Amino acid sequence: MSAIGRDALAVPTRERRPLAAFWIEFAENKVALAALAVVVVFVLAALFAPLIAPQDPYDLGKLSLLDARRTPGAVASGGYVHILGTDAAGRDLFSAILYGLRISIQIGLLAGACALALGATFGIVAAYRGGRLEAFIMRLVDLQLSFPPILLALVLVALLGQGRGQLVAALTAAQYAYFARTAHGAASAERRKDYIEAALATPLPGWRIVFKHLLPNCLPPLIVVATVQVAYSIALEATLSFLGLGLPITEPSLGMLIANGFQYMMSGRYWISLYPGVALMVLIVAINLVGDQVRDQLNPRLKR
Amino acid sequence: MLGFIIQRLLQAVGVMLAMSVIVFIGVYAIGNPIDILIPPEADQAIRQAVIERYGLDLPLWRQYLVFLGNLLRGDLGRSFIFNIPTLDLILGRMPATLELALSAVVAATLIGIPLGVYAGYRPDAPLSRAIMGFSILGFSVPTFWVGLILIMVFAVELGWLPAGGRGATVELFGVGWSLLTWDGARHVILPAINLALFKLALLTRLARAGTREAMLSDYVKFARAEGLREAQVLGRHVLKNISIPIVTVFGLELGSTVAFAVVTETIFSWPGMGKLIIDSITVLDRPVMVAYLILITFLFIMINLAVDLVYAMLDPRLRRSAAR
Repeated sequence: MSAIGRDALAVPTRERRPLAAFWIEFAENKVALAALAVVVVFVLAALFAPLIAPQDPYDLGKLSLLDARRTPGAVASGGYVHILGTDAAGRDLFSAILYGLRISIQIGLLAGACALALGATFGIVAAYRGGRLEAFIMRLVDLQLSFPPILLALVLVALLGQGRGQLVAALTAAQYAYFARTAHGAASAERRKDYIEAALATPLPGWRIVFKHLLPNCLPPLIVVATVQVAYSIALEATLSFLGLGLPITEPSLGMLIANGFQYMMSGRYWISLYPGVALMVLIVAINLVGDQVRDQLNPRLKR
Repeated sequence: MLGFIIQRLLQAVGVMLAMSVIVFIGVYAIGNPIDILIPPEADQAIRQAVIERYGLDLPLWRQYLVFLGNLLRGDLGRSFIFNIPTLDLILGRMPATLELALSAVVAATLIGIPLGVYAGYRPDAPLSRAIMGFSILGFSVPTFWVGLILIMVFAVELGWLPAGGRGATVELFGVGWSLLTWDGARHVILPAINLALFKLALLTRLARAGTREAMLSDYVKFARAEGLREAQVLGRHVLKNISIPIVTVFGLELGSTVAFAVVTETIFSWPGMGKLIIDSITVLDRPVMVAYLILITFLFIMINLAVDLVYAMLDPRLRRSAAR
C-alpha cells in the first residue's frame, strides 16, 4: 500500500520537470557522465583548434622535412615540444589531430543530421499516409537494412568520386534507413492514439499534423539512434578515408592521418598512426557510452 | 505454405532484377567507359570498332538487355586488368574470404554468447560490467583501427604472429585452405580476431539484453518456484527463449561478415574478395565491381530468403500475415 502511495507522489514531480529528472538520472551513472564530459571536451577542442594548436598543419611554409618523424616529446626547429611527435611531413601531430578532429566531427554531424532528416521524413510520412506508399517505403528500407552500410558507402563513394559533399551523400544514403525504421515504428504507435485522431478531425493540414504533432512525439527514440549513428558516421568516414576512398588529400581527417602512419608502423614508428587512432577511439566510445545511457533511460521495458 | 514460398521467391527475383538495374546504371552510366577502354591516341576507326564490339552505341536499355542476357548465361564480363572472366576471378578468391569469415563467426559465437548470458544473469557483478565495457569497445571502435593495433602489438612489437598474407595452404576439394597447415593457421589468427570482434560484441549485447529481460519474466519465476537449479533455469528456459533473435541476427550477420572482410582483408593483405574489390575500385576495373556487387546482392538475398522461410516454418502467425 505504501509503495503505491510513494509512486503516486513521484509521478507528478517527474512529469512537471521531465528534463531535470532525466538529467538527474543520467548524472547517477558516473561512467556516462565522464563520457559526456569527454565528448564536450573533444567538440570544444575541434571548435577552437586554431587557437589551441601550436602549429597550422596546412601552412606548408611552416613545415620542414628536417622535423619529420620526431618521437613524442621531441623539440624540433619550431622551438616547442611536439607532445605527440611529428609525422612524415614534419607536421606537429597534436595539431594535425586537432584539425583532423574538426573534419571528422563535421562530417559525422552533417551526415547524421541529413540521415535523420531524410529517414524521419520517410518513416513518419509512411506511417501517416499508410497504404501502398507505406508498404513501398518500408519494403525499400527493409531491403536496405539487410545490406551492410559499409558496402553501400564504399560503392557510392567509388561511383560518386571524392569530395566532402559526395562523402556526406554516401554516408547519408548508407544510414537513413535506421532512422526511417525507428521513426516508422514510433509514428505507427503514435498514429493510433487519441490526440492524433482528434487532430485529424480538425481541418488542420496534413503537414501540420506530421510536423507539429507526430514528429515531436517520435523524437526520443530518434535521438538515441542519432547519437549512435553520428558515432558510426565518424567511424565509417575514418574507415573510408583509411582505405583511400574518403576525403581528398587536402582535407586530412583522422582516418587519413592513421593511413599515412600505417606504412611507418612496420619500422617501429608507431606514434604517427597510434595517436590519431586513440583520439578517434576515445571519441567514438564516449559518444556510444552517452547513447547507451540515454537508451537505457528511455527503454520502458527496463523500468520495473 | 507453398504459396508463401512461391511469393517470397518471386519477390527475391524482383529484388535481384531491381538491383541489377541499379548496379548497371550506377557503374556503367556514370562516367564514360569509352574513355577507359580506348587509349586517347587511338584513331577514329579503332574507336568505332571498339564501340561497336562492346555495343556502346546502343541505347542504354538495349545495353542493359545485353548485360542481363550475358548475366543469365553466367557471363559477367572480363576484367580490364587481369583480362580473365570476372566470375572466375571472384570465385577464385572466394574460399579465402569464406575461410576467414567462418573462423570469425565461429569464434564470436563460442565466446560471445556465454559472456552475454553471464552479463545478463548478473548485471551488477564487476565482471559483467567489464564484459559490457569491453563489448562497447568492440562495438564502436572501427575495425581497421583494431587491425592496426593487432599488427602493432602481435606482429611488430612481440613478433609472435605474421602481419599479413595467407601463409602455406593445402589443396582440398580443388581449393587451397590455410587452416589446415600450421603456418596458414598462424596467418588466420590475427585477421579472424579482427573480423570477429564486432560480431563478438554484438552477440554479447544481444545475449545480455535477452537474458536480462528473460530473468524478469514469469516463466523464470515459475521455473525457480518449481525448484529447478539455476543452471537448469538458464540452460533450459533462458537460453531457449533468447535463441530466436540470436539465430536471426547470426544468419544476417554471416553475410555482413563477408562484407566487413573488405576492411580486414585490406589491412592484413588477405587475398580474398574484399581485397579484390578495393583494388578494383582503385584502378576503376568496372566489370569486377559489377560482378562483385551482383554476387554479394545474390548472397544477401539468399540469406534473407532462408531466414524468412525458416521463420515461416517456426511461426505460423507470421506465415498467415505474410501471405495476406
